[in-house]
Amino acid sequence: MTGSFAALAPVIPTPHIEYGQLSPMLLVFGAAIVGVLVEAFAPRSLRRSLHLALTLGSLAGAFVLTIVIATSSTLFAGGSAGHIAAMGAVAVDRPTLFIQGTILVLAFISVLLIAESSHDVSAFAAQAAAVPGSPEEREGLLAGISHTEVYPLTLFAIGGMLLFPASNDLLTMFVALEVLSLPLYLLSGLARRRRLLSQEAAMKYFLLGAFSSAFFLFGIAMLYGFSGSVKLGAIAAAASGNTASSVLLYAGIALIGVGLLFKIGAVPFQSWKPDVYQGSPTPVTALMASCTLVSAFGALLRVFYVAFGQLTWDWRPAMWAVAIVTMLGGAIIAITQTDVKRLLAYSSIAQAGYILTGVIAATTAGLSSSMFYLAAYGIATIGAFAIVTLIRDPGGEAGHLSSWAGLGKRSPLVAGTFAFFLIAFAGIPLTSGFSSKFAVFQAAAASGGLPLVIIGVISSAIIAFPYVRVIVLMFFSEPAPDGPIVVRPSAYTSLAVGVGVLATLVLGFIPEPLLRLAHDAAAQLFVR
Amino acid sequence: MSNFPWLTVTGAVPLVGALAIALVPGRSAAADEAGQRARDRLAKQIALVFSLITLALSLVMAVEFKPGGPRFQFAQTYQWIPQFGVHYAVGVDGIALVLIVMTTILMPVVLLASWNDAEGLAGPAGETPPRRSVKTYFILMMVLETMMIGVFGATDVFLFYVFFEAMLIPMYFMIGSYGVGKRQYAAVKFLLYSLLGGLLMLVAVIALYVYSASGNRPGTFLFLPLTHLALSATVQKWLFLGFFIAFAIKAPLWPFHTWLPDAATAAQPGAAVLLVGVLDKVGTFGMLRYCLELFPAGAHYFTPVILVLAVAGILYAAIVAIGQKDMKRLIAYTSVSHFGLIILGVFAMTSQGQVGATLYMVNHGFATGALFLIAGFLIVRRRSSQIADFGGVQKVAPVLAGLFLISGLAGLALPGLSTFVSEFLVLIGTFTRYEVAAIFATLGIILAAIYILWMYQRTMTGPVRDEVAAMPDLRARELWAVGPLIALIIVLGVYPRPVINIINPAVHQTLVHVRSTDPVPPHPASALKNGSNP
Repeated sequence: MTGSFAALAPVIPTPHIEYGQLSPMLLVFGAAIVGVLVEAFAPRSLRRSLHLALTLGSLAGAFVLTIVIATSSTLFAGGSAGHIAAMGAVAVDRPTLFIQGTILVLAFISVLLIAESSHDVSAFAAQAAAVPGSPEEREGLLAGISHTEVYPLTLFAIGGMLLFPASNDLLTMFVALEVLSLPLYLLSGLARRRRLLSQEAAMKYFLLGAFSSAFFLFGIAMLYGFSGSVKLGAIAAAASGNTASSVLLYAGIALIGVGLLFKIGAVPFQSWKPDVYQGSPTPVTALMASCTLVSAFGALLRVFYVAFGQLTWDWRPAMWAVAIVTMLGGAIIAITQTDVKRLLAYSSIAQAGYILTGVIAATTAGLSSSMFYLAAYGIATIGAFAIVTLIRDPGGEAGHLSSWAGLGKRSPLVAGTFAFFLIAFAGIPLTSGFSSKFAVFQAAAASGGLPLVIIGVISSAIIAFPYVRVIVLMFFSEPAPDGPIVVRPSAYTSLAVGVGVLATLVLGFIPEPLLRLAHDAAAQLFVR
Repeated sequence: MSNFPWLTVTGAVPLVGALAIALVPGRSAAADEAGQRARDRLAKQIALVFSLITLALSLVMAVEFKPGGPRFQFAQTYQWIPQFGVHYAVGVDGIALVLIVMTTILMPVVLLASWNDAEGLAGPAGETPPRRSVKTYFILMMVLETMMIGVFGATDVFLFYVFFEAMLIPMYFMIGSYGVGKRQYAAVKFLLYSLLGGLLMLVAVIALYVYSASGNRPGTFLFLPLTHLALSATVQKWLFLGFFIAFAIKAPLWPFHTWLPDAATAAQPGAAVLLVGVLDKVGTFGMLRYCLELFPAGAHYFTPVILVLAVAGILYAAIVAIGQKDMKRLIAYTSVSHFGLIILGVFAMTSQGQVGATLYMVNHGFATGALFLIAGFLIVRRRSSQIADFGGVQKVAPVLAGLFLISGLAGLALPGLSTFVSEFLVLIGTFTRYEVAAIFATLGIILAAIYILWMYQRTMTGPVRDEVAAMPDLRARELWAVGPLIALIIVLGVYPRPVINIINPAVHQTLVHVRSTDPVPPHPASALKNGSNP
């Protein structure tokens, strides 16, 4: 009697959670929640320093934990590719750990920029709820209120970014996508200056982002319909043994692809990028341009290498097309830009195209070179945006390129650093931009992508023009009489720029250690 | 002694010099004018000393070099980026060695000649010279010297590419920041042209690596293994094009030359010497070293086209040079014409042609260098580079005019001067295989006489113009700068043997690789026999 009762009762197994392996994400999410409590209960005078300590501390701690996991002997014992934790929801393998480590480092540097708050340099609105131009806004500014909510919001976004590339099933991935996106929608509307532009950016980002999420979700439904599972491994298994019609599968690949390529900002899903990059507070732009890109590429790599790994020949032609229009489109439209943040946005689009050539290779070399590229580019792009925050006129950041004329004469160091980043983005040798571009192109060429490489270098030649034009403006033109001022960077911004310069230089001269790390991480591809 | 890394050290010394200059305190608000000038002078002196040390080291190399020895001497190979299969591999054969020595000779000369260029005195009258950092100009030059030595010394294709591209940046700033006239336009044009060529080459470099990998053996970028690669003819053709277009832009070969006159005109004379004298040689050097040896089948396939372009360039550029009103622009066009001859010699695929072409690279560096520098002295004095603004200089500044004449005559390859030997070798070497091309190329010499002598006549002879009446003759510094070049032009014209001895084995190696033997001229006796025996 009792036996049959037990059999009838719904059995809910206790989920088995590998807390140790998930600790970096748990730490970041936990710190984010504590941050919300700090925001609610800590006195205003203490909030910023508490938040800062909490945020930077948790990111550093998560990074250390990532390293501990990556070097743990049990996880990868006996040549194991990794472990699937949390009841099949989260994969812990070497590529993921590399990507998470990269995200944590980039996030740490981005938070340094967010923390910049010498009074007139802070990038965030005093009170987001105050209508632009209203008395409330003025009062808030005068009272010296600052939005400390940005710290927990940032942590939530970073937590989502860590989970996104680690998700082993599509539903977890979708949740991660939303967790990383929602705080970013908010953050991008918080700019202190030009608030209408910022709010417009947030609105656009939100609407288009929601749209792409819908695509992603629809794609999940299709794939579930095809394979009866949302697990990446199960989808791969269903696809490889498939003999029946695969309309659902292809529709699913296409829709998931759209969702992910939107986050990357690949053409033709790039239209949000320049507007959002321009309107957002620059530190948030830096966060998006580095961490979000890395995270989205991580997810793209996992989905296409694990779930669709057997179908390379099916998705490759479409990806080729996307990569080609992304490389060319980003480069060509960049020529016409007159705003430095929009220029960097289009540059980021073109760079995404170059990374896609590595993704398309679908080999370990493709994976490792893409990861190397992401790390190298992420650090450089934060540095470049950090410089943008320093060039200011009475209306905030002097984004229009015409006001950058002659900057090299007035502050050679700042202009020289920015020129250095541009040279790196252009892929001139002895900078990280060259070694990373070389890595992805080599991987692409080795797996039959030589035409892509040719398009890639043509795109590089095209996009060199806008970069060179900025250098010409800064160094070879006479300064405008009412040009912008260059504020003295505080320790935070200096550190972000310094790390960017150093990494760009070192990865240009001796890329070997990081390349080896990426190579080892990619050696066994993803855990299935 | 032979294990000492001469080449690496020679290449590194200028870089150390650049760092030393960087330590000189820069411009500050507190410094007075005199203190600033003293510090600038210190920066210049450091640059000169380091360039002289580099020269001495390179001369030691030239003495230590054994023409009959292994292909690449002073060679070093270390792993650099194992994931890419990249090595730090350097070494020189005869061709690279003479070009390195040419570079190290030109460098102190250029430094001396451009002692005051950074202050912007060479600009046209009426244009206020913008204040530039003197220190930075000399740092750029020293960095450039390291890269120039590196690009000739590299024996790893990747390393070569790195220097090839990185070289653009210092030159870009030297033209854009310190140049005159339409410097921004010229600098951007120079950079974009070169970048485009370089990036096409990058594709070929990557493809070369991919093709060099076979089975489990990873690919390589090392030059010598790559020369033994068995590539199909089709692949060779494409890869040849990738490299060749980059070099043709660099050299520059007609019709890829349009950036050079702009860049050379906008650059200061010293920078123009480095640009035309050394940077452009990387193009012809690359053709000889990389295009021919890596892709012999491709080279043979494209030779007819290249010869036509080269001859067209010789004649076109010479005719355009005649019509120039600006001295620097005229000299730039003469160089385009001369580069046509060098390329002709390279692709004639005969030992005389290639020895002549290599020798021509060296001699052209000295002769055009002298011509540019002396033109620069004239321009500084008159604050104008227009030929029409001069006249009768001979009477007020005879030494200047005399040296200008000698370097000009070297430009038109007067017998007894160094360029004659090389030009003659190129023409003979071409004639033995491609008579028509050689005949047309010879017309270039006649045109050269027109543009050089006409320029000399218009600037130096005739009645003394009022503006030049007070023109001082060459100062000691200027004489020290161009004196050695003039001496070399004369010495190498009379006794070129040592240089040829160094070049010969390397050229022989190249020809073996492209499987080209010199055509044997029909023996008179056998010709007679054939004639009598129908």
